[in-house]
Amino acid sequence: MTAAAAIQKAKAALALTSNYAVAYAVKAADVDVVAVYPITPQTTIVEKIAEFVDDGELNADLIHVESEHSAMSAVVGAAAAGARVFTATSSQGLELMHEVLHIASGLRLPVVMAVPARAISAPISIHGDYSDVMNTRDTGWITYIASSAQEVYDTVIQAYKVAETTLLPVMVSYDGFLMSHTTEPVELNDEEAVRRFLPRRERPNVLRPEKPITMGAFAMPDWYYEIKYQVQEALASSLKTIEEVDAEYGKAFGRSYGIIQTYRMEDADYAVIAYGGAAFGNAREAVDVARERGIRAGAIRLRVWRPFPADRLLKQLAGVKAFAVIDRAIAFGSPGGGPAFIDVATALYMGGMDVPGLSVIHGIGQRSMYVEDFVKIFEMLKDGERNKVVYMGLRL
Amino acid sequence: MSLPKVHEIPIGGIITEPGSSRRNLTGGWRSLKPIIHDDRCIRCRICWMYCPEGTIKETKGEFVVKGRKYQYKYEIDYNYCKGCGICAHECPTKAIEMVPEA
Repeated sequence: MTAAAAIQKAKAALALTSNYAVAYAVKAADVDVVAVYPITPQTTIVEKIAEFVDDGELNADLIHVESEHSAMSAVVGAAAAGARVFTATSSQGLELMHEVLHIASGLRLPVVMAVPARAISAPISIHGDYSDVMNTRDTGWITYIASSAQEVYDTVIQAYKVAETTLLPVMVSYDGFLMSHTTEPVELNDEEAVRRFLPRRERPNVLRPEKPITMGAFAMPDWYYEIKYQVQEALASSLKTIEEVDAEYGKAFGRSYGIIQTYRMEDADYAVIAYGGAAFGNAREAVDVARERGIRAGAIRLRVWRPFPADRLLKQLAGVKAFAVIDRAIAFGSPGGGPAFIDVATALYMGGMDVPGLSVIHGIGQRSMYVEDFVKIFEMLKDGERNKVVYMGLRL
Repeated sequence: MSLPKVHEIPIGGIITEPGSSRRNLTGGWRSLKPIIHDDRCIRCRICWMYCPEGTIKETKGEFVVKGRKYQYKYEIDYNYCKGCGICAHECPTKAIEMVPEA
């Protein structure tokens, strides 16, 4: 890059938290209806959107609801009427809207929601981990986990295209506080270009007085299964759409991410699989440190959590001696310890592969995750530690 | 009736045409079947009013039952009657009998 180009790039970038990056993306996407209910660490997203609406920069209806259950219900209703919608929540709020998450996917409504991930009460914690997001695993939502404020901005815009193409709701999650309240440089797109990327297309079956339809009708045992299978099939095939939209976005705006991201995996013996900020901050640095210590280390980041990118992951794991999954959530009482580990193990089993792994739980309630911890995971793998759950950073 | 397969159902189970519930023959839910004994029926219309599913059919015409002339006849639409028994309970002449389905 020339000096002039670098200066031009710096001028196009703003210093934004991931939450503000979401708000700018929502503005660029020209969203019609936003349901607003405050909860830490989400609140600054909708505060910023409210500011945009008040300043006349975004022509959206802001609905002040009385709970997150109502927030999701309001955007479900607006999406059913054909609007482009947005809401955001975290933690207890995501739990409260849980039943409506299933309704959004069951009715096949392209709702987009941002979730800065936060720990769940009790004990009450406002800090980050992925317990809330992981609890939505089986709700039929496409779920991204972003790793930087720039990626958060880009992914929210991609999410609208993916949602409106697949007719599935999309959640864009990222680290509560560690990302939601951390300022990073973010390049913003030309808003006209974003609107060309997200043309308003006619959706089949929206509520219109001139052509009445029924949404959310009762389904008897001889109908229900087929309708739910449609969601399962749509999620499975959405991986292709996610990839295509990411590539198209890359062409239009110069940034794309793929479905999983890898770091020094080409000749890696040991792989760490993670998600969120730690997946490419701590993990990449730890790979470099471990390699200096003679361990052929590599890192894999899950950018898309649902649908689970099993095939792409297995390709990466085909050559490794052992892997570790770092989960920032506990799957209580499960045989695998953490939710992502369980899915990686299942993917290996379904793919007929036998690669030993370690399940590492870390960063619970935002317990500090150090680079040296990640290096230690590589050392444990090299020392032959296998097939157990490691509670890292815990006073045991 | 053969039911549609996964890809034949509108996405999201949305019902795109009005009146489709008529295709759902709820008579299959019935375990007791109401039988109208026409000779005891005094044409009071109480069953017709009480039926929660609107399955009592009223037919206009000339009907002679045991030498008495009536202008109406009442029959049950078994495609939709769920067998709740309200008609039999309300009938003032006990003209409706609930019998087990075969």
